Amino acid sequence: MREFGYQRAHDVAGAVALLAADPDARFLGGGTNLVDLMKTGVERPARLVDVRELPLDRVERTADGGLRIGATVTNSDLAADPEVRSGYPALTQAVLAGASGQLRNMATVGGNLLQRTRCGYFADVTKPCNKRSPGSGCPAVGGEHHNHAVLGASGHCVAVHPSDMGVALTAFDAVVSYETPDGPGEVPLTDFYLPVGDTPHRETALPPGALITHVSLPPAGVAARSRYRKVRERASYAFAIGSVAAALRIEDGLVREARLAFGGVASRPWRAHAAEAVLTGARAGGETFAAAADAELAAATPLPDNGYKVPLMRDLVVSVLTELAEGEAR
Amino acid sequence: MTITSPGAAALRGAVGVAHTRVEGRDKVTGAARYAGEIPFAELAHGWLALSTVTRGRIRSVETAAVLDMPGVLTVLHHGNAPRLNTDYIGMLGVPPDPTAAVFQNDRVPYAGWPVALVVAETPEQAREAAEALVVTYDEEPHDTALVADHPGAYPAEGHMPAETEKGDLEGQLAASAVVVDARYTTPEQQHSMIEPHAATALWDGGRLEVVDSNQGTTWIQGELAKMFSLDESSVRVRSEHIGGGFGSKGLRAHQVSAVMAATALQRPVRVVMTRRQMFSLAGYRSPTTQRVRLGADLDGRLRALEHHSLNQTSTVYEFIEPGAGVARVMYDADAHRTANHVVRLDVPSPTWMRAPGEAPGSFAIESALDELAERCGVDPIELRLRNEPETGPVSGLPFSSRNLPACFREGARRFGWADRDPRPGVRRDGRWLLGTGTAAASFGAGAGPSTAKVTAEADGSFSVRIAAADIGTGARTALTLIAADALETTPDRVRVRIGDSDFGPAMIAGGSMGTRSWAWAITAAAGELRERLALTPDIPPEGITVRSDTTEAIRALARKERHSFGAQFAEVAVDTATGEIRVRRMLGIFAAGRIVNPLTARNQLVGGMTWGISMALHEEAVRDRETGRHYSPDLAGYHVATNADVPDIEADWVDDHDPDDPVGIKGVGEIGIVGAAAAVANAVWHATGVRHRNLPIRPDRVLTAASTPDPAEAAPSDGGAADA
Repeated sequence: MREFGYQRAHDVAGAVALLAADPDARFLGGGTNLVDLMKTGVERPARLVDVRELPLDRVERTADGGLRIGATVTNSDLAADPEVRSGYPALTQAVLAGASGQLRNMATVGGNLLQRTRCGYFADVTKPCNKRSPGSGCPAVGGEHHNHAVLGASGHCVAVHPSDMGVALTAFDAVVSYETPDGPGEVPLTDFYLPVGDTPHRETALPPGALITHVSLPPAGVAARSRYRKVRERASYAFAIGSVAAALRIEDGLVREARLAFGGVASRPWRAHAAEAVLTGARAGGETFAAAADAELAAATPLPDNGYKVPLMRDLVVSVLTELAEGEAR
Repeated sequence: MTITSPGAAALRGAVGVAHTRVEGRDKVTGAARYAGEIPFAELAHGWLALSTVTRGRIRSVETAAVLDMPGVLTVLHHGNAPRLNTDYIGMLGVPPDPTAAVFQNDRVPYAGWPVALVVAETPEQAREAAEALVVTYDEEPHDTALVADHPGAYPAEGHMPAETEKGDLEGQLAASAVVVDARYTTPEQQHSMIEPHAATALWDGGRLEVVDSNQGTTWIQGELAKMFSLDESSVRVRSEHIGGGFGSKGLRAHQVSAVMAATALQRPVRVVMTRRQMFSLAGYRSPTTQRVRLGADLDGRLRALEHHSLNQTSTVYEFIEPGAGVARVMYDADAHRTANHVVRLDVPSPTWMRAPGEAPGSFAIESALDELAERCGVDPIELRLRNEPETGPVSGLPFSSRNLPACFREGARRFGWADRDPRPGVRRDGRWLLGTGTAAASFGAGAGPSTAKVTAEADGSFSVRIAAADIGTGARTALTLIAADALETTPDRVRVRIGDSDFGPAMIAGGSMGTRSWAWAITAAAGELRERLALTPDIPPEGITVRSDTTEAIRALARKERHSFGAQFAEVAVDTATGEIRVRRMLGIFAAGRIVNPLTARNQLVGGMTWGISMALHEEAVRDRETGRHYSPDLAGYHVATNADVPDIEADWVDDHDPDDPVGIKGVGEIGIVGAAAAVANAVWHATGVRHRNLPIRPDRVLTAASTPDPAEAAPSDGGAADA
């Protein structure tokens, strides 16, 4: 049988050292994705370094009024955190829109950001996949791609990132902190995921051997008035075919601040900068919201069977922003 | 001892009173053992290796490297497996699916075809070795696409005539004031029962023992005996608890390969399918493409009815999903034509799945009737009532009972149908458009010959032995209630033992025939036992046993149209901006004969209706165009309805008494799904004004339909041009 080593780390330095000692080792968080991938042979680690016991399981308020979320905080605990619920409601909504209660009790914040795509070609080791087996090809482009990317994809890979949590974190300018054998570092979540290009197997900007320790959020501000809406063909326990995390601050009928990110449509949680630029300073209303969505979706490159995602996202953006604006008006 | 006279409690009767499952405590505490978890000494584990090409021939199976892997005991494949007898007709009147008759030649007729079994000391070792096993192939081009006008399609019989025809169809269509001509498609569906197929085979004193999870132990006993050329008496199959079957748990590759390995190694061997393997090894519901043409007068009375259904099957086995069969029972017309066609593709063999034929067929015909009602301006229920046939539309036989109108009347009353505004697309709740829909349901009430043994024990209790199968339906409990009433005692004094081929031939759990068939045999034996006991007051230590056999009684049954009927109602909410559809409530009212155990009967009906939601909105096994192989064949990729998708579902029944029927039970296993998807689709039309004729009604289909005019909706509604 396929054997692998297992070690439990008790401090961050020890975890990083254990991983550095074995190039085929992987960190194990909740295991809700990695263990599945090991069962199907997509991942074949020689060693698992279990990081769940690390003292990174707290959500703390920072000196500047933001939040510092430990990497091993579970999805359930994050969603239930009072500071998150009041300051960043879309984050709670996003987490609760994902997976099932059992999975959320196991899954961790760090693991959530590093989960792999659920593309059916990636998950099937008997089929080609550039992400899993560089250079083998992408059957999704000419094959099954109903749920694949319409933004930021390339001919080498059209897989989508499955995270809901990551969409809200991306909208709210989260920063990822990590530890490496050479010391700590940090990277904004908007730069955390690499462009697909011709290297879809290279997914993040994390240096080799890095362990995510925290995800930090700036003070709530506009995020306190935020929403997350997820569209999926069944009501629960399905990945998004399209989702939106949005926050609006409106004064005198004008959008003063906007945050917008998309899920289920790109290789990463997609920060909609172009849409935000249209929104900011414009009169809050359906026309502005539609123009903002169109500005972002102008870059969409749909395939034959996923073109529906463009009108879907347009409708969803308008719907969510309208709900937020109406909430403001009350 | 002397048997006591029945107590007052027994006279009230157990049948018709809600009774929790007799094995419920064992199941919820984990005491109930399923086939894959029963311990055996010296157990070895087999793991099936499946083809990764879609069509071709096996060039080589590189066993040497694998045989050197830790724990590996043997590798069975077409080069070393024993030859099997496949030239026979089994108990259900059909030959075996060659998918089950493993390793007989080098042909690969589809992706996921079993090419080898690796046996090792542990399942982990067997799996690692099976995944490491190198099989080389000569690949050939494949055709896996079911299309409506496939040149290879041909009429096929299955369990019913391929085609029926009466009257002048084109003439009646031309004379019709209103014509509906529409095509419908349903996708490939997987059974997805919670317990995968699992079997352990061993030789014990010259007798083959198979501990399995199946829908009929004597069925599997007979198949294995014929396939391995053994006497039936030297094969024993047991199947105590079954975590769902839905038609899929017959003879399959796991039992046959386990028997081969147990024979080769002379030790017990277990083979369990993985969820992914089930997609190609366990059967599935074929996708269908159907065309319905209805011609009617302005009042909705049918002049012409044509229902044509095409399904796919494998190149090695003919299976018909008879979608057009339902029209032969439900609706009459002056001109009436039905046809079931099939095309052989390089795909796995389909099989029975809950309401085979009726489930996809009712989606098409009940959707078409809703379209007809719309065009005629007649209420959909009224339209159906106006088309109630006096006798079987094709057979001309009388109905044993047909209480469909009573189902609609009761359902309409409870659902609030009278207040329904027929106009589509006019009700809104926030971002949701709301609509309601209805559809009719029917399913045959057959019976299969069965034997039962009923014993009066010396302690005054009773034992029943019958090779029935409780695939999660509550059959064991239902039979306990049946036996208690037939013996004029209380259920706690009856012990029903099932799931063992040693108990003698019996009908399978299938076709909604199980409880009807088994109850018949038990009632017959119990009746004779009571007569014996009346004459023999002293019961010897070994008890007094009476055996029954219903073969003759079933043969003597008068020829009639015997069916359950039902009326389905659904309310849905549709967000046309996002394509989301959510079912808000469902009601099903059924006429299904005598209801034995209201608790488990309701469970069956609600389960079927739930699957109807799932069929309408979620389920779809997707095949990759390029490779002809499944895309994401697991429960992450194949979505079934979750709890959050299943709202308030209510199922109930009306009186459905047939004084001439010796049992009165019709079975409730299948009818719950029939018409359910059509009711949902009809409600989606009522909500949005858009017809969805392709299942599942995915968000992308809702979004695309919203931006594309519906050709049939745009067509003139007064028909006339029958065959455009």
